[in-house]
Amino acid sequence: MIKTQDISKVFMIGKKQETELCAVDNLTLEVSKGEVFGFLGPNGAGKTTTVRILTGLIKPTRGNAQVAGFTLGKEDTQIRRNVGILTESPGMYERLSAEKNLTIFANLYEVPEIPKAVNKYLSMLDLWNRRYDAVGSFSKGMRQKLAVARALIHEPQILFLDEPTTGLDPEAAKMVRDFIEELKAEGRTIFMTTHNLDEAEKICDRVGIFKQKLLTQDTPANLRERMFGRKVVFHLREVNPEWVNEVKKVGGVSEAEVVDNKLVVSLKDPEQTNPVIIERLVDVGAQIQFVGEIRHSLEQVYLEMVSSEKGGKA
Amino acid sequence: MKHVRTIIDKEWSEVFKNRMVIMTMSLLPLLFTALPLVMLSMTSGNSAMAGAPADSSGLPPGFLGACGGMNADDCMQVYLMNQFMLLFMMMPLMIPTTIAAYSIVGEKTNRSLEPLLATPISTVELLAGKCIAAVVPGVVTTYIAFGIFLAGTFFIDISPVVRAYLLGPTWIVGIAFLGPTLAVIASIFAIFVSSRVSDPRVAEQLSSLVILPLMLVFGGVLIGKLVINLWFMIIAILITLVAAVILLYFGTVVFDRENILTKWK
Repeated sequence: MIKTQDISKVFMIGKKQETELCAVDNLTLEVSKGEVFGFLGPNGAGKTTTVRILTGLIKPTRGNAQVAGFTLGKEDTQIRRNVGILTESPGMYERLSAEKNLTIFANLYEVPEIPKAVNKYLSMLDLWNRRYDAVGSFSKGMRQKLAVARALIHEPQILFLDEPTTGLDPEAAKMVRDFIEELKAEGRTIFMTTHNLDEAEKICDRVGIFKQKLLTQDTPANLRERMFGRKVVFHLREVNPEWVNEVKKVGGVSEAEVVDNKLVVSLKDPEQTNPVIIERLVDVGAQIQFVGEIRHSLEQVYLEMVSSEKGGKA
Repeated sequence: MKHVRTIIDKEWSEVFKNRMVIMTMSLLPLLFTALPLVMLSMTSGNSAMAGAPADSSGLPPGFLGACGGMNADDCMQVYLMNQFMLLFMMMPLMIPTTIAAYSIVGEKTNRSLEPLLATPISTVELLAGKCIAAVVPGVVTTYIAFGIFLAGTFFIDISPVVRAYLLGPTWIVGIAFLGPTLAVIASIFAIFVSSRVSDPRVAEQLSSLVILPLMLVFGGVLIGKLVINLWFMIIAILITLVAAVILLYFGTVVFDRENILTKWK
């Protein structure tokens, strides 16, 4: 669905356009059909620029890409016809009604049955009762929902969501998130930039951490594993330091240590190795209270990646 | 064509809810129609110069040729009317300027430009839609105002010679053809300015510079260096037509979607 090869974007800035600013540096990635890809990065990382490039709004300085089967730079109109975009700010026509706003965009996207499509999304997003009201009177959450409807009105193959829940209150953010989940269930391809790592973890099949260049990309679980490995903690009634050596002898265990009254074990495959460790601990007389896996959040992965990038540059 | 129609519909839906535009579209024609009518009624009737030949009126010699066999009074009225009629040329400049000046910068401040440019609409379609949406109200308002003015002259006691001049080809051709080309120039210029600035008021102020050439014509007529007759109108129509085509071409070329999106804060 989306395939980029060494996409770069350099802006010329300064009064005389004398300074180069690299917003996107050799971005190569692939997003498959039906996949939800989370594009994570700090402010000013180049996420919005990437979305603008991939939706044919701005031209890359270098590189090439295929979006929805069309070549970027050559078939931009076709790309725009086949993708939907939720921009960072809803950008609705405030004096016009919700229905009029959607009708305008349905016309521009050449939707075949406009009233049907408009009514469908107004109902789906709980805006039906306010359809004739000027958008200027809408709450932030309602505007965002209307912007989502606008992005979907032409049933695009790919949906680009630029910070879909930024600035929304928790309830409105949840509504938008739930709707994205529904779109995911429908099998739509979604490319989503976000700061909200919990959101990315819940919704995205894969995430990419981006700061001018793509630092890493994988499933949230794999990223955690790659960054921190998998760790299991065994809570014991009391700990004998010698048991650490016993546990280390178990195949698949890479590290074991005692932290407070707990035995923390680093291992590759807890599902296979945990029963063996439990058996060994019981054999040596340990009294196991309970066992749990230490889960690192995507936020920890993200912070680790972004800070190591900063460190690398310094 | 569907995209152009959609943009026109969108612009009009928005614009006619804008008080500033409504005021411009109603007060300006009212004023510009009333002024020449008032002037006509004030200068009508017998005066000391009645019956005197036109060349005794003290009008610029260059203008006297346009007076033909008129007497001094009639010639003076025609001279004055030629200046006041220029107000009808200002309408197709000012109304489209007010509408078009807001068109791009309004989208920018509203943050609606990015979603709009993300649709399959082409730059030509977008500009054509915005341009037509600004031109048509200006031209239609001018036609209506001019119609009301002509009707109003029948309620004023003016000489048949002056009425014949007002209903003659010079101003009919001017209003019918020069008005629309001026409106196109004003719209394209205002859209161009609108895409370069970040404040709707600045856009409107800068766009109103398009009235300057008309002011020069006004000055030329006043001092007798320019005489408005049919030939003047035809030449003006041709010049503005060429200027409109050139502006339309450059407007499309310099409308840089990327710059507008990325360099505006």
